[in-house]
Amino acid sequence: MTGTASGTIPAAELLQAYRTMRTIRDFEERVYKEFQTGQMPGFVHLYAGEEAVATGVCDVLTPADYIASTHRGHGHAIAKGCDVVAMMAELYGKATGTCKGKGGSMHIADLSTGMLGANGIVGGGPPLVCGVGLSAKVRGTDQVGVSFTGDGGSNQGTFLESLNFAAAMNLPVVFVVENNGYAESTASSFHQSGIDVAKRADGFGLPGVVVDGQDYFAVREAAAEAVGRARAGGGPSLIECKTIRYFGHFIGDQQKYRAPNEVADAREHRDPLKNFRARVTRAGVATDEQLDAIDAEVAELIDRAVAQAQAAPFPAPESALEDVYVSY
Amino acid sequence: MTRTITYQKAINEAIQQEMAADPTVVLFGEDVAGGEGSATGEDDAWGGVLGVTKGLKKQFPDRILDTPLSESAIMGTAAGAAASGLKPIAELMFIDFLGVCFDQIYNQAAKFRYMFGGKAETPMVIRTMYGAGMNAAAQHSQALYPIFTHIPGLKVVLPSNPYDAKGLLIEAIRDRDPVIFCEHKMLYTMKGEVPQEPYTVPFGVANVVQSGDDVTVVALGQMVGFAQKAIAKLDGVSVELIDPRTTSPFDEEAVLRSVEKTGRLVVVDESSPRCGMAADIASLVATKGFDFLKAPIVNVTPPHTPVPFAAPLERYYLPSPDRIAAAINQLAATKERL
Repeated sequence: MTGTASGTIPAAELLQAYRTMRTIRDFEERVYKEFQTGQMPGFVHLYAGEEAVATGVCDVLTPADYIASTHRGHGHAIAKGCDVVAMMAELYGKATGTCKGKGGSMHIADLSTGMLGANGIVGGGPPLVCGVGLSAKVRGTDQVGVSFTGDGGSNQGTFLESLNFAAAMNLPVVFVVENNGYAESTASSFHQSGIDVAKRADGFGLPGVVVDGQDYFAVREAAAEAVGRARAGGGPSLIECKTIRYFGHFIGDQQKYRAPNEVADAREHRDPLKNFRARVTRAGVATDEQLDAIDAEVAELIDRAVAQAQAAPFPAPESALEDVYVSY
Repeated sequence: MTRTITYQKAINEAIQQEMAADPTVVLFGEDVAGGEGSATGEDDAWGGVLGVTKGLKKQFPDRILDTPLSESAIMGTAAGAAASGLKPIAELMFIDFLGVCFDQIYNQAAKFRYMFGGKAETPMVIRTMYGAGMNAAAQHSQALYPIFTHIPGLKVVLPSNPYDAKGLLIEAIRDRDPVIFCEHKMLYTMKGEVPQEPYTVPFGVANVVQSGDDVTVVALGQMVGFAQKAIAKLDGVSVELIDPRTTSPFDEEAVLRSVEKTGRLVVVDESSPRCGMAADIASLVATKGFDFLKAPIVNVTPPHTPVPFAAPLERYYLPSPDRIAAAINQLAATKERL
């Protein structure tokens, strides 16, 4: 492979990484389309464009590691191994959904895969992964907790508190900032004064790096280093991934705050899947035929997920009363 | 074996015994040991701001953890740790500090199980100190437990004596849901008989402190003792005193059963009158026990003001035994409605 440490990644893992990114992309493009039909309820925030971040990070985690996600959480859930068919059903609010229709897009969680939840509260996740880190440390496991936070979330007190907390307590935690340029509609050039979020790590005495979030290999290399350091007892790290959101903050956002050709330009020149395909085919690690086959399989999976979600029953109304407590 | 120990010692003993029995129990928060990182000073210098956890650091050096002053990080750490294999006890030093970390409690810990379709358990305890009487003023004296009680997914516990403090805390640590354990700062020195061995007091089961026929008094936390003092001042009124012990779950049956017998209800509570526990308990009886009532319900609460500082102001603010006694006498004398 060209560049970075990617030369050591086995071909099977690269094909899987492509499959994950393609699954995220197709899931999101399809959700966008299905949402327009009016059958899908709620607020939906799409991850398309940022696939290399979730995939590059989660590919260096084990199933026993945990992630805490954001309101834009579908990509993280898919990358951490949540079942795509159940996720689609959850978006439709169906009984077969990941959370039995109780969570929806913003609360998809599956602790059996280490997915500690998408999160409707901006900045909600970083303190939670400090808990994962403390749990691993006290129980003597080598698990790691990773939080994803947007550039908007990086201005929350919880994020900054957690950087200090994890550093002071030497917790096995990695803070990933997905800087997609906008906190909702507010540009990061304004809300961060144009300074990299990664520089904030310096103030808390932990390593911070900036990587190209459209480059799977760059993200994966940085994540491998940070996760490895955490696992070995070296404490927390911060990774800022510069990335691009292909859709609005939510489905329905008119995005008048963006340049007219901003997204089209990114789709053409900075697309993580195109970038990945070019790299692996040029290096001879995978062929276009192999990747095309994955595209077809993923398209079939997403078709099936939508069909099953639409056909699935809604939860029984009285199930609204269940699962508030373990016992009460 | 039963000994006479303080409320504070009862809490310390409950933590010590559960930590000894279960290696996944950890306790962390601000100054829970004290002295962390000091080059020359003493470890375990404080044992909590009022010394409640004093001595535990020596026995459990890796599980009694001082943290930075970061309540949101502390509460989120508890929630994340609980969801990933620990049974954390997080200390929110004063309940008044709730305001800086409420999101991690009510949007995260309280909702995991429900939002995630019943697949998560969040077995954590938040120990916190509340209440007036120490001239600690408006930001260190509040009785904010109704705010937690309002949130589905949380359990809320308010021990009024040393026996309940130990038994309810052990129950809280063993419970698999998030529990807010509210310790009244004026009760730490209260003495009472407490068994040496571990035991539990179940949630949602009220304590009938004394039986009576004329008036039901429901009181919580510090107000239980205040009500007992008030009852001692009465002449010829038979009072049934009920301590619910937990506000969530709440033992509705115990209150309704008592009011069915007495027909008269006084609720004494230290939280604010609007949307507080007195209003909640009065509403319960008005909606489910209206036919039992011989006279209107009387609530004895502080006024709708912040907690004042100076001693005469704070005394005026808190429901006093005299005010409680007057309320009981007045209600006992109220003619039965037709």
